[in-house]
Amino acid sequence: MAHAYTPGLRVTELAALRKERILPLKGEVVVTEGDLVRAEQVVARTELPGNVHSLNVANLLSVLPDEVPSKMVKGPGESVERDEIIAKSATLFGLFKSNVKSPITGSIESVSEVTGQVLLREPPIPVEVDAYVDGLVVEVRPEEGVIVETHGSLIQGIFGIGGETFGVVEMAVDRPDQDLDAASITAEHEGKILVGGSLVTSAALEKAVSCGVRGVVAGGIDDATIKEFLGYDIGVAITGTEEKGVTVVVTEGFGRIPMADATFKLLQSRVGMKASINGATQIRAGVIRPEVVVPLEGKKAEGGPAASVVAGGLAPGTRVRIIREPHFGELGDVQELPAPLSKLASEAMVRVLTVKLQENGELHTLPRANVEIIES
Amino acid sequence: MSQTPNVDPSQIKSILATDCGSTTTKAILIELREGEYRLIVRGEAPTTVEAPFEDVTKGVLNAIEEVEELAGRKFLEGDRIVTPRRSDDVGADLYVSTSSAGGGLQMVVAGVVKTMTAESAERAALGAGAIVMDALASNDGRRPYEQIRRIRHLRPDMILLSGGIDGGSVDHVVKLAEIIGAADPRPRLGSTYKLPVIYAGNNKAADQVTKTLGGKTDLSVTDNLRPVMERENLGPARDKIHDLFMEHVMAQAPGYRKLMDWVGVPIMPTPGAVGNIIQTIAKQEKLDVIGVDIGGATTDVFSVFGEVFNRTVSANLGMSYSISNVLTESGVPNVMRWVPFSMDEKGLRNSIRNKMIRPTTIPHTLEALMVEQALAREALRLAFEQHKQMAVGLRGIQKERTVSDTFEQSGSDATIVDMMALDLLIGSGGVLSHAPRRNQAAMMLIDAFLPEGVTRLAVDSIFMMPQLGVLAEVHPEAATEVFQKDCLIWLGTCVAPRGQVKPGKTILTAELTRGGGKTESHEIKFGDLVLLPLELGESVRAKLVPAKGCDVGWGPGKTVEKELHGGVVGLVLDGRGRPIALDPADPARVEKIRRWTGALNAYPDAQSEPVAVG
Repeated sequence: MAHAYTPGLRVTELAALRKERILPLKGEVVVTEGDLVRAEQVVARTELPGNVHSLNVANLLSVLPDEVPSKMVKGPGESVERDEIIAKSATLFGLFKSNVKSPITGSIESVSEVTGQVLLREPPIPVEVDAYVDGLVVEVRPEEGVIVETHGSLIQGIFGIGGETFGVVEMAVDRPDQDLDAASITAEHEGKILVGGSLVTSAALEKAVSCGVRGVVAGGIDDATIKEFLGYDIGVAITGTEEKGVTVVVTEGFGRIPMADATFKLLQSRVGMKASINGATQIRAGVIRPEVVVPLEGKKAEGGPAASVVAGGLAPGTRVRIIREPHFGELGDVQELPAPLSKLASEAMVRVLTVKLQENGELHTLPRANVEIIES
Repeated sequence: MSQTPNVDPSQIKSILATDCGSTTTKAILIELREGEYRLIVRGEAPTTVEAPFEDVTKGVLNAIEEVEELAGRKFLEGDRIVTPRRSDDVGADLYVSTSSAGGGLQMVVAGVVKTMTAESAERAALGAGAIVMDALASNDGRRPYEQIRRIRHLRPDMILLSGGIDGGSVDHVVKLAEIIGAADPRPRLGSTYKLPVIYAGNNKAADQVTKTLGGKTDLSVTDNLRPVMERENLGPARDKIHDLFMEHVMAQAPGYRKLMDWVGVPIMPTPGAVGNIIQTIAKQEKLDVIGVDIGGATTDVFSVFGEVFNRTVSANLGMSYSISNVLTESGVPNVMRWVPFSMDEKGLRNSIRNKMIRPTTIPHTLEALMVEQALAREALRLAFEQHKQMAVGLRGIQKERTVSDTFEQSGSDATIVDMMALDLLIGSGGVLSHAPRRNQAAMMLIDAFLPEGVTRLAVDSIFMMPQLGVLAEVHPEAATEVFQKDCLIWLGTCVAPRGQVKPGKTILTAELTRGGGKTESHEIKFGDLVLLPLELGESVRAKLVPAKGCDVGWGPGKTVEKELHGGVVGLVLDGRGRPIALDPADPARVEKIRRWTGALNAYPDAQSEPVAVG
């Protein structure tokens, strides 16, 4: 391929980040450009159209569909209360009367003379969008939302569950190779973003929920733990809508994998600070990775947000993480990038690189596709 | 397609074609040389639909740039493709393209009766190359508010509404239109335009449907796709889908307006183009064909049996993004039965999840390759099961039954996929096309599809079928010539008797007469798999004698005489019976699999008990 690159996950002490805070439908923006906002502050709100209910009035009144409009007591656009009569008919000189009552409070959406069907709509559902991160409103898109800019630390995870939340960073373990188990979690962790080491156990997740922990960040998780925690298997990696009471961000992958040293140390240095985290993951076109953002008040990243778009290339000296067996999860530095294709044990002919492992200095030859650049 | 391109095939000597996939844009150069159209070179570059580029044409230009370098010719002038050709060295006579970038074409279909018009609508959408997100029907068991909520939640690119035969009752289909109207559906891409809705139902209801949906959506009315109960008329709806795909969906994707200006023929959705070339070949060669494309996220299956074309897409069966779902749907034991060693379930599950979250990684160890190929067999098997369920005769038809029919209980619900009639099985997609040994591709195809009788096997080496499919719209001759000569890699032929006999008994005797008149005889015992040399371009005259009660094509116990064609793998005599008995709990399973993979020379000498699989 003429233009190839190996994108990695960002773990950076200070970056300028911009977050789009956009409404699902047009509405009202309640902050202005230049406002300093807090993560929990509402920046825009709107109303989603309410749910629709259908009633076959022709059947209920035993009349023909084209007679329905004349039997309606309320017309399209008019509001109705639950159990209010919306249509009635009388037969045999008014001796037998039939009524149709509204099953909901809302309004009449439409009346069809072809099908005899009446559609009713529930009241609108209010929707609010918060700022998600502490920062500055740098752009207002009228009726749509805002862009909030913040300067701080960013840790991208590889996989997560649960949506946006925020809390104060707290370490639950001392070392990146320690498991995060239930015993490490106490009632004092309520409202916190808890950092574990190599594996978050099933019991730890349950305990986190019962103690009111907002978020958990760990190196690895067993597939079986996710299944147990969610109650179902994740088939396709599109997450973020789970509502389990805690957001989980996994930094390395599935299984017991120590959190990368740099990530662990960075999180350690942010203890006591407020972090915004999101477990939403989408591994398809339009990749979304889970993240931990720790805004640093008073700091400013050089180069602004444009400098944050990274698409680095592999070169001798590049720090990489091995992302497939053998040596899965280990870190190393690129030594050589031989140009010719090489034959693997699986007999596949691929482009390879030689990497020197950080831990023991061993040299290994691996497919280039099986490493990712550790960006900083 | 409904738009007639202004192309004179006799003037075309040089063709550039691209396929803009979700991750890679592939360009090929086809030229007329010494009286025949051949593939000259191929280039590729990452697709640039998404940020930071947000312009599909950048990836197209990069891919063509690679073609320029490899061919030593010039096709670009600044940011434009030079068409028509200016000289032998500058430009191409025709530029065509397909696209599946940005998630392809995502549709919701609706019909009155689930197994009749809704099913026909689904076939029309699938045939046009769409992913069907949901099929709504008046009798699908959901209440109207549930259907409304579903439409609002899905945000498709397009909706196809059908229902009723021409002149029939209008009530139900108008009710469906009212439900769609109440949902006030919004398109997936862009918020400034109305959602395209195609009405292809009862012509008598067209006015009412227009009244209901005309203001709220961008409604197009076309011919009924089921004008009478006994006949489907999917062509006009498919054409309309292609037109709207171009005008609305593609036009919203970044850079596509520019790309649409460049092409000599409208851009087609990638799977629609693949279906096109498969139909063209089946028709020209009078073959029953199955084609499969197994990608990272989805698996497409195409079939032509007796000139009836079907396509299905299994949106969540694939080898990277969707690999976890393959495990979820098939279950660990079904995957493990194909792995020639034992491994613990926890390790397997974690390693597959790790592939899902880092989809671009490749198997490094032999064991990892074996696990991926085991998963591929299950993904293909499941996708094919779904295809067979969709590829059925028209339902709801009153048939005259003869006395002989009363003994035949298949009915219209039975699939029209007939493995004994199948002539050609074509595989494509990374796991098949890039398998380190072609023998592995042959084995995956045989194990997953279980062909019966005599079947030729092939793989599309560099996934050129999309480009050839769109080219077939204007230049079928060039498309089929390149398809036969450069696109397909012939693996060989599989002979597999249907039926079973007692273990150790002969299930098939094959007498082969090779070129020069030399005859050889092979007895295949039940449970055996045998690979015989038969090279590409070679053929043998075969007399195939199945065991009593077993069938190789002409009925149980009947001898078949046929010409068998070779390929890069050879001639596979599969005596494992149909279906293959492979119990995951059988202690002899590992030994069985090793015997089969050994017979097919699928892997280098396998190690005993591996420790790491990734």
